Amino acid sequence: MNEKTTVLAHLKPKKKAKIISIVGGQQFQRRMCTLGIREGQTIQVVTKQPFMGPLTIAVGNCKMTIGRGMAHKITVEEL
Amino acid sequence: MKKIVLMGNPNVGKSVVFSRLTGANVIASNYPGTTVDFSKGKMKIGKRHFEIIDAPGTYSLEPSNKAEEVSLKMLKKADIVINVLDATNLERNLYLTLELLEQDIPVIIALNLWDESKHLGIHIDEKKLEEILGIPVTPTVALTGEGIKTLVSRLKEAKTNKEIKPTSEEGRWVEIGSVIKKVEHIEHRHHTIRDRISDLTIRPITGIPIAAGIIFFSFWIVRFIGENLIGYVFEPFFEDIYRPVVEQMSLWLGPGFIHNLLIGEYGVEVDFVESMGMLTTGLFVPIGMVLPYIIAFYFMLSILEDTGYMPRLATLVDNVFHKLGMHGHGIVPLFLGLGCNVPGALSTRTLETRKQRFISATLLAIAIPCMAQMAMVFGILGPYGIYYISLVFLTLGILYVIMGLIMNKFVKGESPEIFLEIPPYRRPSFKATLKKTWMRTRWFLKEAIPFLFAGVLVINILYSVGFLQWLGNTLAPVMGLFGLPGDASIAMAIGFLRKDLAVGMLIPLGMNPMQLVIAATMLTIYFPCVATFAVLVKELGIKDMAKSAAIMAGTAVTVGIILRIVLLGV
Repeated sequence: MNEKTTVLAHLKPKKKAKIISIVGGQQFQRRMCTLGIREGQTIQVVTKQPFMGPLTIAVGNCKMTIGRGMAHKITVEEL
Repeated sequence: MKKIVLMGNPNVGKSVVFSRLTGANVIASNYPGTTVDFSKGKMKIGKRHFEIIDAPGTYSLEPSNKAEEVSLKMLKKADIVINVLDATNLERNLYLTLELLEQDIPVIIALNLWDESKHLGIHIDEKKLEEILGIPVTPTVALTGEGIKTLVSRLKEAKTNKEIKPTSEEGRWVEIGSVIKKVEHIEHRHHTIRDRISDLTIRPITGIPIAAGIIFFSFWIVRFIGENLIGYVFEPFFEDIYRPVVEQMSLWLGPGFIHNLLIGEYGVEVDFVESMGMLTTGLFVPIGMVLPYIIAFYFMLSILEDTGYMPRLATLVDNVFHKLGMHGHGIVPLFLGLGCNVPGALSTRTLETRKQRFISATLLAIAIPCMAQMAMVFGILGPYGIYYISLVFLTLGILYVIMGLIMNKFVKGESPEIFLEIPPYRRPSFKATLKKTWMRTRWFLKEAIPFLFAGVLVINILYSVGFLQWLGNTLAPVMGLFGLPGDASIAMAIGFLRKDLAVGMLIPLGMNPMQLVIAATMLTIYFPCVATFAVLVKELGIKDMAKSAAIMAGTAVTVGIILRIVLLGV
């Protein structure tokens, strides 16, 4: 852990980061993987909905919306 | 006959490939989860016939919702699999490909959205990919038909790859990584205007006002198209061309039961809404009053679907829908349900848990009137002014939220968070929009007219034996609770067959506009029509459907009494 390491939910929009680890059940990890959210991938937050709403993120060429809780399970390192 | 199954990630264009191969038309849109059930079609290659099956999209062979379970079931029946890939997202699409290749079924790959990947600066060496995977790879642009001929001619080359052995998840990703390195090259690319629009419509500060604008504008367009179609096309047709025909026929038939059944009461001027003849009311309600709005609605819905706006809307409303026990994708059953509750009920399959599906389906049945019903509400309340129409929709809107909040509290189970892919915006083709509108309109005519005929027939028979008069008298005290005349119960009974016909039956009862508001609202809430009911039983199971029906009935009675007190003041 260093100061640049944070959970995805706390990453500022537009900032790029590298995925360090994903915690959670096996099924959750698999679902993340199948959409390209894997360790080592570069990820970017497009926008966050207010009131603890979901995040829209970009990985590779793909955009997706994930819940705030899921975003707390993904650790990233700011680039 | 050999079965060919189309498999692939959601929203890669399987349904478009299916339409191209079979010539059969299925609904395709630009959002994940359009296809929730399988469709079958036939194709002839040379002298051999093949059955083609379009399966719902899935990211892997481990299903996470009911729609994905369907595609797994289809895979078990497959003799050949056409694995449709999104060339703009090759890496993650290959996961399913590897899983399929472990299955020992011959596979051929259609590398779809080939044109889009080129525009995005993604270069894929398809020959190399073919070499590495050991199965045929054909680039396609299903929307224009490019590459489909090659795909068909290479179908016989589909094969298994014995060298690919079942492995762990991680093993697959490692393999994919090495494949991608060899076949894909991505150019750096700048932000395009399409990206900018995408960002604007999903960021809350700009996205929410835009969403409100789009929804308002859509409804305005629907009313505009609907009203003008009625005013300039359908009403002139029925009044100027069809009426003289019916009048001639009336004279020719003479009085009697047949006349009552086909045209209505003899010797009275034909009123297309109230006459209750198969050839008068039975045709005028679906075609003269409802069809124009159906065309208008599905035209607008097609545009919303094909641009790719729906997943963005789902993101913006996710927070609200979470409080109602669903997540943002719950907007899809709602929107489809506004056209017809049947596809609305089917689309609840894309929600992951029983709790979400139960709430979504029950709210659909309670608070979402279909376009046929809405068109009739416009018809009967329109003359009194927009105020009364708004009352109906305001009540239903409030009800959707309140019932959602309550059910979220009391229905057991989980509501997982949203997990939804956001496809790029695409320009809907005018031809595709018209075709889709026509497909759904034709489906409406095929479904609605038989039920309307049945409804008119049942009404005529039950009137002639005196059953409906008896029903009206018996249920008068119940209807009194809601400030409605006893005969309104007849409309409620017919509402089970067709809600649009039922709304029309309220006209001759001589009610004031507030009573019409109450009756029209209750007709939405109390129970779904028989077609929706049948689908709900299948989707929810009998036990949950019974619970759902009890909630509907309880809600209808409560709301009816509240509306009487608030609107009628008695």
